[in-house]
Amino acid sequence: MPVNTQAIGKTYDPVLYAVGREKIREYARAVGETNPVHLDLDAARAAGHADLVAPPMFAVVYSAPSVGPPIFDPEIGLNFAMMVHGGQQFEWGPLVIAGDEITTTTSVKDISERDGRGYYVFESISNNQRGERVCRGTWTNIVRGV
Amino acid sequence: MAELTAGSEIPQLKVTPDRYLTARYAGASGDFNPIHIDEEFARAVGLPGRILHGLWTMAQVARAQTEAAGGPEHLKRLSVQFRGMGLPEQEVVVSGKVREAADGRVIVDTVAEQSDNQIIRNAEAELEL
Repeated sequence: MPVNTQAIGKTYDPVLYAVGREKIREYARAVGETNPVHLDLDAARAAGHADLVAPPMFAVVYSAPSVGPPIFDPEIGLNFAMMVHGGQQFEWGPLVIAGDEITTTTSVKDISERDGRGYYVFESISNNQRGERVCRGTWTNIVRGV
Repeated sequence: MAELTAGSEIPQLKVTPDRYLTARYAGASGDFNPIHIDEEFARAVGLPGRILHGLWTMAQVARAQTEAAGGPEHLKRLSVQFRGMGLPEQEVVVSGKVREAADGRVIVDTVAEQSDNQIIRNAEAELEL
């Protein structure tokens, strides 16, 4: 069955994520961060930040709620049970700090088929409350046996 | 900060995810896919058992770069391909080599391995110093 490419270019509603200090600490501990700017408020402030600094890969936390809907969009018809995460890219702008409000918009960048596998590429754009682009994510999901 | 000139290697990052890491990372990240936290479910869908979240492993690759460069502000881009499957309770080793360095911009080729199994390959990091 060929993949349905009609949704290429489709853009989903923006999702707002409020970055919390304790969520940064929880994430930083789960990934083993030891840099005190992620864990210790005094250290973060001494380094010139207004609050705790999110590790770059915290992009997963604030952008995931926006990347979920296309995975389950019937118009795309992605077979989640057969999906693997094939590749990921993030490009970062200014640091994300506790207290920031991040708005992420996801769109369908590409859908294609090679060797019986479907490739679904989503792009997430995340901006902070000042309109600065803090991250662009490119999410490549591979579905076996399309 | 590590030496980051063309041909130099970044310090290796070694970390062993403990038995309950995938549960903590699921909570921290919001990714509760049962293949990461439910041993029976993982086996039922043909996996050897619970597998690591690819994005947790990617975070270890990111950490190796930010530690080499001296802080999170230096990491401007990271792109990875997920291959194989990462398993809990086995050491993950991230290594990397500077491919080019000019005008404060550094490109690092980097991988994450568990024994001989590359679980992240063809990864490329861009650092700004």
